[in-house]
Amino acid sequence: MSPLNIKKGSTKHSAYNLRSTFSDVQETHTLAVLVANEPGVLARVIGLFSGRGYNIDSLTVAEVDHAGHTSRITIVTTGTPQVIEQIKAQLGRIVPVHEVHDLTVEGGSVERELALIKVEGSGEKRVEALRLADIFRAQVVDSTLHSFVFQITGTPEKVDAFVDLMRPLGLVEVARTGVAALSRGV
Amino acid sequence: MVVQALKDQGVDTVFGYPGGAVLPIYDEIFQQNGIRHYLVRHEQGAVHAAEGYARATGKPGVVLVTSGPGATNAVTGLTDALMDSIPIVVLTGQVPTFMIGSDAFQEADTVGITRPCTKHNWLVKDTDQLSGIIHEAFHVATSGRPGPVLIDIPKDVQFASGTYTEKAKAKVSHYQPQLKGDMEMITQLVEALETAERPIFYTGGGVINSGPGASQLLRELVDATGIPITSTLMGLGCYPASGKNWLGMLGMHGLYEANLAMHGCDLMINVGARFDDRITGRLDAFSPKSRKAHIDIDPSSINKVIRVDMPIIGDVGHVLEDILKVWKARGRKVNKEGLQKWWHQIEQWRAVDCLKYKPSEKSIRPQYALDRLEQLTKGRDRYITTEVGQHQMWAAQYLGFEDPNRWMTSGGLGTMGYGTPASIGVQVAHPDALVINVAGEASWLMNMQEMSTAVQYRLPVKQFILNNERLGMVRQWQELLHGERYSHSWSEALPDFVKLAEAFGCKGILCKDPADLDDAIMEMLNYDGPVIFDCLVEKHENCFPMIPSGEPHNKMLLGEASTKDAIGSKGAVMV
Ligand SMILES: Cc1ncc(C[n+]2csc(CCOP(=O)(O)OP(=O)(O)O)c2C)c(N)n1
Ligand SMILES: [Mg+2]
Repeated sequence: MSPLNIKKGSTKHSAYNLRSTFSDVQETHTLAVLVANEPGVLARVIGLFSGRGYNIDSLTVAEVDHAGHTSRITIVTTGTPQVIEQIKAQLGRIVPVHEVHDLTVEGGSVERELALIKVEGSGEKRVEALRLADIFRAQVVDSTLHSFVFQITGTPEKVDAFVDLMRPLGLVEVARTGVAALSRGV
Repeated sequence: MVVQALKDQGVDTVFGYPGGAVLPIYDEIFQQNGIRHYLVRHEQGAVHAAEGYARATGKPGVVLVTSGPGATNAVTGLTDALMDSIPIVVLTGQVPTFMIGSDAFQEADTVGITRPCTKHNWLVKDTDQLSGIIHEAFHVATSGRPGPVLIDIPKDVQFASGTYTEKAKAKVSHYQPQLKGDMEMITQLVEALETAERPIFYTGGGVINSGPGASQLLRELVDATGIPITSTLMGLGCYPASGKNWLGMLGMHGLYEANLAMHGCDLMINVGARFDDRITGRLDAFSPKSRKAHIDIDPSSINKVIRVDMPIIGDVGHVLEDILKVWKARGRKVNKEGLQKWWHQIEQWRAVDCLKYKPSEKSIRPQYALDRLEQLTKGRDRYITTEVGQHQMWAAQYLGFEDPNRWMTSGGLGTMGYGTPASIGVQVAHPDALVINVAGEASWLMNMQEMSTAVQYRLPVKQFILNNERLGMVRQWQELLHGERYSHSWSEALPDFVKLAEAFGCKGILCKDPADLDDAIMEMLNYDGPVIFDCLVEKHENCFPMIPSGEPHNKMLLGEASTKDAIGSKGAVMV
């Protein structure tokens, strides 16, 4: 039900969402937050999460429109439906926040993450790591006689799976970008 | 440039305290006449004074303080204003841009420190942007749910010359909260209101913030429908205390009839209140049988603690106007029979007379002191501020407010030390009115230095101190919840308030005999200048009714009030 003329995707009016908001089930949502690119916005967003005790599973931010001074923050967060609704309303209330989209409830979205993974080893393990990388379409972006750095892109689940496989094969270090996400279609 | 921008915004009053990092602005102030600056004695006092000014006028309060300690001293006031949604614009000086980050003298990360206690804040790095940011700051502070904003201005930015942008030419702000409520939901609410058997209006500070027009519309709606109305601490005055549908304040120390009506209603119409924990008590037992509507300009207030059936996001004034229109167009219907029974029930609760107390001949009971103050000041052009504690709750219970903007108290944050500076801000706004700060002796000591401000500017504020020589509210909790172990809730070594008054250069009055009270109050009222009134009251008085934290509305402690048949013979605990 959406009695107001709400632009699709806008969740500023999340109170109109009739889903039962007071359940105990933990849900993971991906939020896209468009903000004015001014000093302190990110601190405000992060301060909101820490100050009110919300979870951040991952957070990415970058300017997406230089002329319009707009940045896009993608936040993956976990909480009960009520907490998720609160997070969206609280984000919408921050003065330089222009739009809040809950990609998880607004129909499909594509979510991608990039990771760099360093693996050390020799002999059979080294060969196995390379074989698995091939299966996962990970690229080798650095190599020594005893190590590789793989670059992998994909859904967070795919990255998780690859990292898990590398663990017994000499995993040294992982750097992940966090999720970037866009809604499907237009 | 700062002064120009303030004038452009219609500002004529600033509360402040100078220091190295704001000297250029103070120099501007010195060379003009349009803006009057009030020198406080502590920056916290400046912010509370601005809050009092804002609440008494509906205009934003403006504060000017220096960097570092000036800014950190303002933090409590900012937090207070944020919790109570008071529009305040605070200008702070900052060390020059090229020294920021170097731990310079009197440098503090002011925007960092105040980020969680402002609605928004800005660090101005370029003089060309200064005026635009000031205009935006006023817009943000006053639109939507009002709140405090802060502009941090480095000293080099103050010195440099830049281009000035007039208010009218300033960039249109992106921040434009929705004012009109959703008509479909409003119609749904009107339908519910037409058929409800036991409806109640639960109103709050949002009505006051929406402006006098909103209070007017509320009165029209309440009187035309005959629906009972209660209000939070922050909303007192939005409906007149003498109005026929008034139930009194609700909440932890609210009236019996108001709380039981909230518990038993079948339709709750929340107008600009926020289901604060002092109101709801235990959440799972809060008004279990009612459908709930919630009118609020802040979407994040809705469904935050209590799930509502009819959320309406919008400005209270706009929404009330639409409700009235729809209700009239549909034939002004109400459930007459249901309402009649409902009022009958409410009258029974009211008969309990929960505020009844027995005046004593030996000592002044605080309730009696406020009763007399009410009788002797009723009908005057009167403004009341308070500190925080038992006296604050008694003031809310025993004083009657007929109009909005006449009652200023620290609700959300509960800041002891709020009342004295707030009374100064109110008196600045209304020089000829009677302004009384109902205080506790402990709270009063927290910002008493501001009496010096009152004397300097000839502000005849009356400090009515209910002196129980105790941190009374703390003592009450210790009595009821901590086995009467009164850990540090004594006010020992209190000053002689009369001598203190003389030292400040104002009038001091001491009263301890109930027989002298009326004369003493009249003496205070007739004195043309600031007064410190030391009213020695009963030391171990408790504030009732009381809903112990975490209990539902129907588990109210009534204390000594007559409980009639509604309550078992032991009389203390409601079931
Ligand atoms: C700044 C601050 N510190 C502590 C408290 C906790 N507190 C609430 S009421 C109270 C006692 C107030 O005593 P007094 O001003 O004498 O008022 P009374 O309750 O005796 O009327 C205290 C310490 C507070 N609200 N604010
Ligand atoms: Mg006291």
